[in-house]
Amino acid sequence: MNENKKELLRVEGLKKYFNTPGGLLHAVDNVNFSINEGETLGVVGESGCGKSTMGRAILRLHEPTEGKVFFEGHNILEYDKSKMKQLRRDMQIVFQDPFASLNPRLTVSEAIAAPMLIQKMYTKKDRVELQKQVSRLMEMVGLADRLKNSYPHELDGGRRQRIGIARALSLKPKFIVCDEPVSALDVSIQAQILNLMQDLQDELGLTYMFITHNLSVVKHFSDNIVVMYLGQMVEMAPTELLFKNPVHPYTQALLSAIPIPDPDYPMNRILMKGEITSPINPEPGCRFYKRCPYAKDCCKNPNIGLKEVEPGHFVSCERIGDPELKENPNA
Amino acid sequence: MADNNTLLQVKDLVIRYETDDGVVEALNGVSIEIHTGKTLGLVGETGAGKTTLAKGVLRLIPSPPGKIVSGEVLYDGKDLLKLSEEEMRKIRGKHISMIFQDPMTSLNPVMTVRDQIMEVILQHNNISKKEAEKRADDMLELVGIPAERGHEYPHQFSGGMKQRVIIAIALACQPKLLIADEPTTALDVTIQAQVLDLIQKLKTRDNTSMLLITHDLGVVAQTCDYVGIVYAGEIVEYGTLREVYKDMRHPYTKGLMASIPNLVENVRRLQTIEGLMPDPTNLPKGCKFSERCKYATDKCREKVPDMVNVGGEHMVRCILANEEK
Repeated sequence: MNENKKELLRVEGLKKYFNTPGGLLHAVDNVNFSINEGETLGVVGESGCGKSTMGRAILRLHEPTEGKVFFEGHNILEYDKSKMKQLRRDMQIVFQDPFASLNPRLTVSEAIAAPMLIQKMYTKKDRVELQKQVSRLMEMVGLADRLKNSYPHELDGGRRQRIGIARALSLKPKFIVCDEPVSALDVSIQAQILNLMQDLQDELGLTYMFITHNLSVVKHFSDNIVVMYLGQMVEMAPTELLFKNPVHPYTQALLSAIPIPDPDYPMNRILMKGEITSPINPEPGCRFYKRCPYAKDCCKNPNIGLKEVEPGHFVSCERIGDPELKENPNA
Repeated sequence: MADNNTLLQVKDLVIRYETDDGVVEALNGVSIEIHTGKTLGLVGETGAGKTTLAKGVLRLIPSPPGKIVSGEVLYDGKDLLKLSEEEMRKIRGKHISMIFQDPMTSLNPVMTVRDQIMEVILQHNNISKKEAEKRADDMLELVGIPAERGHEYPHQFSGGMKQRVIIAIALACQPKLLIADEPTTALDVTIQAQVLDLIQKLKTRDNTSMLLITHDLGVVAQTCDYVGIVYAGEIVEYGTLREVYKDMRHPYTKGLMASIPNLVENVRRLQTIEGLMPDPTNLPKGCKFSERCKYATDKCREKVPDMVNVGGEHMVRCILANEEK
């Protein structure tokens, strides 16, 4: 990573297991990465790969099973409740579904004011000041002032997501986890929200962790990308490198599956066998083994870790360097 | 226009929903044509009227509140809107079948998947239960599900497999036309690739025509022969895949295309279409897109523009269609 830049968040050996009737569910398994101030880390993977759980574990919305999360150099997993509450001002989240994440009984201005009241940035007495701040936030995210007294059900998805963003911004955070913030929206609205988030990042120097299953969105938005499969990181690289030279067979298949809106674009889909396997009591070794076109016995090695294949580009695959694997069908 | 190859022709179809909040003008005179063995992709955003059109063709519009006001749906020369309900039932599943968007909710949770496939086979064929069972098992194998799993219930399958079961049901009687309403929207991208591949394979085998409804311009580019862009209940641009993608003329089509983050080129800032889709209970009088269009003039706001032919089969609903912009 660039040494001139200040590291804001570092995650070490993060694990989150859930106890289920079927056994231990390895939702997030030994994840390591860091994010620099003002940058965006994209996290991609398919449903059930643990990307949302990871986002929440970092904010301690799910208590991690193991590992360390350093925010500005301090391990926040050691924080007690009151210190954690203080920290929430700095770390916020925007949720996926703007239809489910807003309280239907709060008006727009009440919903935006709520986090500031909870954090005691304003008291009931500063009503006028608080309302001014709400108006400022609404303007910032592009919500018309006349919507102040509207309820969420009166608004479309794009506007609701703007409320979610305003709420997250209200505490002046440094770091925001964006959990699929645009996947419920139509493309023209999606573009509006992505531009808004980009402007806010430039203006306020925000750091984002951007979780999504949409590879075109993540490419557009991120400085670095982590690809996850069944709770584990399979590849991590600066965005340009990842798209130019995907090394892990899963990343290759994932990239090849995106339909490009150009009839002349040569599609070279790698069709994977089967579907994502269960994260409950997974077998040791590479979790992509069963679907991987290149799988060999050596892939059952239980200690496949991330290896650096070029500066900043890490891959977790036992067969790196194997000439068979090298071919990138969409290069 | 309509020739021997035309399997389905929809002419000026108007569909409205009469609700307490006013009349929703869901479809305002839509005309499309599908040729034998070809795929037409209909693209548009939520609420554009894509699903209403699909349901209108099969006469599945819930009534009330829905109402087919006027128009014709010619299938093999017959107007489906004039058929009795009983005759219509012989068309559905046998001649035209439909794949619905959400595989999680469109299967019957208390019937085994084999029984659900058999149901449509027995409905349209005069054969014994044993034979139907055999055919259902063949269908399962065809879509890549082992026949042994036929006795299982939908909840025992993953999303991708449920969608395969739905495809098996839709294609069990080898229909001539398949209507697929966002068949892969609920699926992950690698599973989407598998399902699209499967649909394509089966379609080619039986020379089936398809109406594919989607909001994903990428999916259309990879699967369709023709494209129609839908906005506020109207087709605003129509043509062969190449005509529309390589020479798009309508400002809405352009805006839609520019708002997708591009995987191939790098763009720092996405272009957006300002504003929102108009309220379908209160549509603008002239061009439906005029409120959001940066080229709009007073003339656009007065009268709905006609479809203009700009060469080949390429039609555009814009008064500026023939001008360079």
